[in-house]
Amino acid sequence: MPADAAPRRVRITGDGPVLLEGPVEVELPDGRRVVSSRPVTALCVCGSSKRYPFCDTSHRRRLRAAPEEDR
Amino acid sequence: MSTTTDPVRTTRPALPSARGPLSAAVLGALGGAPVDAAELLADVAAADPFGEDLQLALYCCYELHYRGFAGVADDLEWDPALLGLRRDLERVFLTALRAAVAGGDDLAAEIDALVVEHVDAPGVSAHLRRHGDLWQFREYIAMRSLYHLKEADPQAWVIPRLDGAAKAALVTVEHDEYGAGRGERMHAQLFADMMRELGLSDAYGHYLDVAPAAVLAEVNLMSLCGLHRELRGALVGQFAVVELTSSPGSDRLVRAAKRLGCGPATEGFYAEHVEADAVHEQVVRHGIIAPLVAGDPGMAADVVFGMQATGVLDERLSQHLLASWAAGRSALLRPLDDGGAVPPA
Repeated sequence: MPADAAPRRVRITGDGPVLLEGPVEVELPDGRRVVSSRPVTALCVCGSSKRYPFCDTSHRRRLRAAPEEDR
Repeated sequence: MSTTTDPVRTTRPALPSARGPLSAAVLGALGGAPVDAAELLADVAAADPFGEDLQLALYCCYELHYRGFAGVADDLEWDPALLGLRRDLERVFLTALRAAVAGGDDLAAEIDALVVEHVDAPGVSAHLRRHGDLWQFREYIAMRSLYHLKEADPQAWVIPRLDGAAKAALVTVEHDEYGAGRGERMHAQLFADMMRELGLSDAYGHYLDVAPAAVLAEVNLMSLCGLHRELRGALVGQFAVVELTSSPGSDRLVRAAKRLGCGPATEGFYAEHVEADAVHEQVVRHGIIAPLVAGDPGMAADVVFGMQATGVLDERLSQHLLASWAAGRSALLRPLDDGGAVPPA
């Protein structure tokens, strides 16, 4: 947890989410607010997450071995 | 000193039944009988490294370092004869694992392979999501409880063996696993809540006696790598595989729990892991592995070994579960008999 005097660290992973230190409240474009109380929060920046605004690893490259079934 | 009853002491697991000469020797030693390592040499040499007897024997040796067993003296944890036998068993297990992996030190390639989502790949979570029955889901949870009721404990052994940024990052993940300071949010507690919802016993170690070797081997790898400083890189590799692959698998299990009508605690446990492990993946890759290997490039091969060994054991467990269930058979040593959903007669 960052001390009060220390700036909060935000890490841009490049190939995935943005990592935010400490509990955060995220305000969405529609005004809705969601809270993450985790020590680190992964914020979705690709827009694919089914748990938006939090990352659910949906940014990953997907390989399909057989024709699509019921996904 | 307090005179109140220690809840941990009262919930220690009972000793399981032996599955062969090695587990019989360990269980005998836990009951106070002397260990004759020389007499066991032939049994150790003949043992299947991934078989029921050796894996149960090893599991019971390791359990002394966690919570122990009902009626077993605490100081047997450091009994030289038991430790000697444990070392013999570990060598057999470790040698077999080293022979089963491809090896190498291409960490980037291993990580890349882990973070690609194989949409149609067969697997336990994919099966449970689409076709699995409730009795199969219950069996899966019962056997996974051998790890999840001590979730994050085997990885805690590695903390004093790391340094600097890698240590700080690993503790960040562990802190989250332990509920970020809130006992009721500990992942082990969330797992226990799910077990009760599914009509299973949440008593620590309750399902040890029916847990097959394939699941014991996974927990034994964690304990082995956690307790040996020499294998600290492998422990990080094992931890990385869990954290890198858990989010998509947990998402499939949320869907399975919804489809099977399991309830909020079951959906909640896996939903928590979708989000938590999306964070942990990033912390493990950039916060733990990168500084660990930057500080000691020789660690890369050890981390790769931990990743590959975890993959080998995960594949074995997956095959055991899917083959048993496809045949309509329990994947446990004996089917559950708790009045809940069970395999068809």
